[in-house]
Amino acid sequence: MKQTLIALVEDKPGVLNRVASLFRRRNFNIESLAVGHSETPGISRMTIVTDEEEALRRNVVRQNLLKLINVIEVDDVTDQPTVVRETALIKVRADATKRAEIMNIADIYRARIVDVATESLIVEITGDADKISSMADMLKPFGIIEMARTGALAMTRGVVTPRDPATYARYAAKVNGQ
Amino acid sequence: MAEVKTGAEIVMECLIREGVDVVFGYPGGANLPIYDAFNFYPQLHHVLTRHEQGATHDADGYARVTGKVGVAMATSGPGATNMVTGIATAKMDSSPIVCITGQVSTAAIGGDAFQETDVTGVTLPVTKHNYLVTDVRDLAYTIKEAFYIARTGRPGPVLIYIPKDVQNDRCEFVYPEEPIDLPGYHPADRATDEQVTRALELINSAKKPIILAGHGVLQSGATTEVLKMAEKGNIPIACTLLGLGGIPASHPLNLGMMGMHGEAAANHAIQQADLLLAFGMRFDDRVTGKLATYSPNSKKIHIDIDASELNKNVRVDVAINADLRVVLEQFNGDVKAVDRVEWLGTIRDWQEDSNQRDILNTDDGIFRAAQAIFDLWQFSKDNNPVVVSDVGQHQMLEAQYFQHEKPHTLITSGGLGTMGFSLPAAIGARFGAPDEQDVWVVVGDGSIQMTITELMTAVQENLNINICIINNGYLGMVRQWQQLFYDERYAETPILSPDYVKLAEAYGMQGLRVSRREDTMETLKKARAYKGPSLIEFVVEQHDMVYPMVPAGADLHEMIRRPSA
Repeated sequence: MKQTLIALVEDKPGVLNRVASLFRRRNFNIESLAVGHSETPGISRMTIVTDEEEALRRNVVRQNLLKLINVIEVDDVTDQPTVVRETALIKVRADATKRAEIMNIADIYRARIVDVATESLIVEITGDADKISSMADMLKPFGIIEMARTGALAMTRGVVTPRDPATYARYAAKVNGQ
Repeated sequence: MAEVKTGAEIVMECLIREGVDVVFGYPGGANLPIYDAFNFYPQLHHVLTRHEQGATHDADGYARVTGKVGVAMATSGPGATNMVTGIATAKMDSSPIVCITGQVSTAAIGGDAFQETDVTGVTLPVTKHNYLVTDVRDLAYTIKEAFYIARTGRPGPVLIYIPKDVQNDRCEFVYPEEPIDLPGYHPADRATDEQVTRALELINSAKKPIILAGHGVLQSGATTEVLKMAEKGNIPIACTLLGLGGIPASHPLNLGMMGMHGEAAANHAIQQADLLLAFGMRFDDRVTGKLATYSPNSKKIHIDIDASELNKNVRVDVAINADLRVVLEQFNGDVKAVDRVEWLGTIRDWQEDSNQRDILNTDDGIFRAAQAIFDLWQFSKDNNPVVVSDVGQHQMLEAQYFQHEKPHTLITSGGLGTMGFSLPAAIGARFGAPDEQDVWVVVGDGSIQMTITELMTAVQENLNINICIINNGYLGMVRQWQQLFYDERYAETPILSPDYVKLAEAYGMQGLRVSRREDTMETLKKARAYKGPSLIEFVVEQHDMVYPMVPAGADLHEMIRRPSA
């Protein structure tokens, strides 16, 4: 059962290590993890997709993350309306005879060609996980030389009030004051 | 006007402001500046151990007896790695300790310098949190934060790693006065009204309820509230190993320990109950037996300060993430007085049956470990001493036969089961306990040999502790499993010991030996009277077994019982 979590963590050295280490020792199955800056300076945002068999484990993953001192908030957005996107770069084998066909497929998926060479081209595609997997399947017959995926980013639709806006405000002020 | 101080002096200043008066440690190259500072802070007493593992267990034992944060110090590299076992022990039993280790200079980090290890990385999984301080101006705040994290919420070990150059650097020392406010850490406190209502519904309508009292009862200071509820509602109480002493052993509603080597009555009661009240316990595998068949017909209320323990092992009906004593205060006015005569009667029958099978009733002239422990209890109980046990058969027998009336009088490694814990933990406990309270160590011949080097620490500090070595010539618990499950193939379980009396004298302490039960009381008297540490070797029956036993993976009610004579 896939679960999507959004974690807001302190932007300090070693925090990614703490999260990864937690998942390893608790034997949680990470499908993807994307981390970067958030809208608040000093706070990073992680989008984690896990795959756990038992329903009992879902809340345990979230609670264990919250136990880490550097983790500020964790939202399980699996059942909420969310926008989910990831980006992939796919290098496909393509000589002059195949180029047009691949460009056609790229058009259909609203993907872009970002590199052309005599024997290959690189397709850049952004979408949800299914769209990317689907395009990769279409390109497989041509021969995929390399594929790099970022892992999912997720954001809930509409305005959902963060759990404790006062906490973020205080923390942001502290970080910016220093 | 703030004074300029070195990092090492700042460490000392912060420890004093955190209420520390004793530090357990071992110096080395990378913490020389800190150790030099001890010369200028005589109000901090330093205990030199013989191994850094001893220092961490010392700090742990001190913390368990006092409720204060224990402090251990070591140098970088091997000093820090020697602390890992002690830190993991404290983590598993939720004990508040702060470990301060030296590290090579910031410039040398990551280059395989002399005595360098990535201690932050090595201790990441076994600490509640850890810090590498790279700027002396962060040091005071980090230490205050470390103590706060160690002692609040679910207590645990925190490690601070200070490079040598940071210890030498200077800055203005300002001790942060504002309370610590961490965006990612909010220790829980109260239950919601809805949870209270729902829980009371279940409690007042239950016919066969039972309270499961764990370490949380002691750490929350909830003894009075638990007893109030139990007495008002006539609800029996079973304890985890670390919960022993949280409820007085002599209380008529106290069924004693539950679980793998717990009382049969407690285990049967849990399996037949219609309501479990889990207070500050985590449904560890030693306590539940096979989860699929655990207390199958009961509703469950779980109160714990750590939210990640709720619905982790056992699915419960009301999960309350809060401080136990606070929640019970919210409940207790509304618990109904219900008779529950039939339920208590059934339990009494089970207890009667157990009494008949008790090994103490055997009169075959064989000197058994259980007898030595029972006699120790009889001798010392008026003092309500601190008993520090180690790991193995003797540990289980102590839990069964030494009746603890007060909290913080049984110190033992439950979660990690660290052999060698008891001697150094007793040293730490001795510093925390009032002088009039005795400290007795109950340890096996296997366990004592793991940290025997700390005998010298006890002598150097001239501590009034009494070490009872239960010598059966075997790694008893492992031998028991080999007897039951490996067709009596005793691989590597017979273990030789030194002459403990001669060894004790070589260390400079009093050494005594008891080989016949009749000599026990006289010898215990001698040990107690002696000023300084005493060691008593009890030479007991070698092939003894601890019953009842729930084999690993078996149902909680499928206990192996003592075979009838």
